[in-house]
Amino acid sequence: MSEENLLQVEDVSKIYGYGFLGRVKFPAVDHVTLSMENKPKIFTIAGESGCGKTTLARMMLGMVKPTAGTILYRGKNVHNLKSRDITWFLREVQAIFQDPFDTFNPLKRVDTYLYETASNLLKLKNDEEIRGKIEEALRFTGLSLEEIAGKYPNEFSGGQIQRISIARALLPKPRLIVADEPVSMVDASIRINILNMFKALLTKTGTSFIYITHDLATAYYISDEIAIMYRGMIVEIGPAEKVLLKRHHPYTQALVKSLPEPGKKEEWKTRINAPGMEIKEFLSPGCKYADICPHKTERCVKEKPPLFEAGDVKVACWLYE
Amino acid sequence: MDVVLKADDLSGGYLLVRKGSSEKNEVYVDAVSDVSLQLERNEIFGIAGESGCGKSTLLKMIYGLLEPPLILRGGSVTFITVDGEIPITSLSENDLRRRVWWKKISYIPQSSMNVLNPTVRIRDHFIEMFTFHARMMKNEAYAEARKYIDQMGLPRDVLSAFPHQLSGGMRQRVVIALSLLLNPNIVLADEPTSALDVISQKVVLTMLEEAQKELKNTLVIVSHDLGIHGVMTHRMGIMYAGKIVEIGKTEEIFEDPLHPYSEALIRSLPKLGDKKQRTGLGGHPPDLKKPPSGCRFHPRCPYAMPICSRTPPKMKMIKPGRYVACWKNSMEE
Repeated sequence: MSEENLLQVEDVSKIYGYGFLGRVKFPAVDHVTLSMENKPKIFTIAGESGCGKTTLARMMLGMVKPTAGTILYRGKNVHNLKSRDITWFLREVQAIFQDPFDTFNPLKRVDTYLYETASNLLKLKNDEEIRGKIEEALRFTGLSLEEIAGKYPNEFSGGQIQRISIARALLPKPRLIVADEPVSMVDASIRINILNMFKALLTKTGTSFIYITHDLATAYYISDEIAIMYRGMIVEIGPAEKVLLKRHHPYTQALVKSLPEPGKKEEWKTRINAPGMEIKEFLSPGCKYADICPHKTERCVKEKPPLFEAGDVKVACWLYE
Repeated sequence: MDVVLKADDLSGGYLLVRKGSSEKNEVYVDAVSDVSLQLERNEIFGIAGESGCGKSTLLKMIYGLLEPPLILRGGSVTFITVDGEIPITSLSENDLRRRVWWKKISYIPQSSMNVLNPTVRIRDHFIEMFTFHARMMKNEAYAEARKYIDQMGLPRDVLSAFPHQLSGGMRQRVVIALSLLLNPNIVLADEPTSALDVISQKVVLTMLEEAQKELKNTLVIVSHDLGIHGVMTHRMGIMYAGKIVEIGKTEEIFEDPLHPYSEALIRSLPKLGDKKQRTGLGGHPPDLKKPPSGCRFHPRCPYAMPICSRTPPKMKMIKPGRYVACWKNSMEE
């Protein structure tokens, strides 16, 4: 694989078992391939709950091992790192999670996390130096060490604590941040500030982002590229502008049409099919959206569509063969 | 204006008593403070605001569901029927249950899809409602439930399913169907779709909207998602820190928000097809155990004046149907 790609996800699947002794298998992530160039970019993985976006993110972070396929970070297999590469990987790739109150132990002061990250990953010993780095990271998020020193997680609001978890992720100056629904628990008036912070980081420090979300409006606001997932598969992938405004795949069309936006009253009122049984769709041999797709043919039920090219966008739908 | 329910200077909140309590150990969370509101017949009214602004508490108080630690501090809620007025706030829970709840006003609580009894088939939920409230016989009730399910556009096999066999969206539609069963005059829905994906959300909201059109009753939707208000509601009220700061026609508020908080919320909303840089508010919502003096928004308000931190602004009519509680709008005249 070329060294140029920052991240290369090659035909990755994750199969979970359920039922008695886990004998019934279902693919949470089903043959996903995507790549990110080594340029500062925001790449969004969007989809509804249960589409496999979080599982995919966890595999990218090396937290969950794929059942098949490989994930390469700058040419190195994330799930097969040599011991000296592990610290390097942790420095380069950082994570931000959905619930910031889950990120921090409620019985531990939040600043200890920052100190630990600084001393473990940056190998800094000098207290003065550590404090300087922490101040710098906190300043980016609009906080200061003075404000947070000695406090416990429950003393902060959701927005503040999420900013602290972002500051922690920034400490080792990562090249890539994987952010799993980072703003879904944050108050609306503050949400946009965090997204703006991501954009600022991209231009100032060249940090790339993988932004995992269910919210297409925020995805459109910050991302360069986007992949739409449905039941474990990528159904459409390409530049965010093209995917979200031209909408090739019937699922992308349904998603965008269902998005309630002020001033779109009439557009929103068009009828839509309700999704069916999840498990059945996960196990379907054909296109997983076929059950509720208005363009369904017999072929869709039997045969899984590969990604077809439609301009700059790739679409997994027989309509674009 | 054809008013069906009015709240006058309604105040209430949560009185928390710490263990080993004496008087001093009581903490009061001022969740709803001096709220006045009128609901009209045949409309969809929205209550918007961030989490913790008191919107769910307001809805509970309108319904009369005052379970401890929630207490009423002042003001009243009056339900106006063709036969006269019913003072919700002075009725006992027993009276409410007998005379008002389900029949006149129904309430869909937050994450209501979990209110269905997991050991009871959907069918029996409906039968119980019919036999208890409409005094029907069991087989009669079952036939009625089947007919009703068809009317609501739900598949018939839902009736014989247990709640866990249904998806979240389907369960929510069942709860909504139950809440509409006795043709109530007012339906109060607290975040009816917050746990659902956008496509299921649309199906559920469409069902609520169609039922409202058919019954010509009043639907109140509480949601933090301004998009939902934009596509569903006719009028809306925006809440901040326990107070309603602005009321008006939904379209007018979106077009020209008058309160600085409404303005900030609406301006920060990202939209598909519009990459313009947006800005949010500084600071964070206040702790309602000790709300700020004066106007509760003043510490975050870009237009704050000296008076804002001293005296809380009163709701003022700017033009017919449009009310704002802000010193800036009061001064301009």
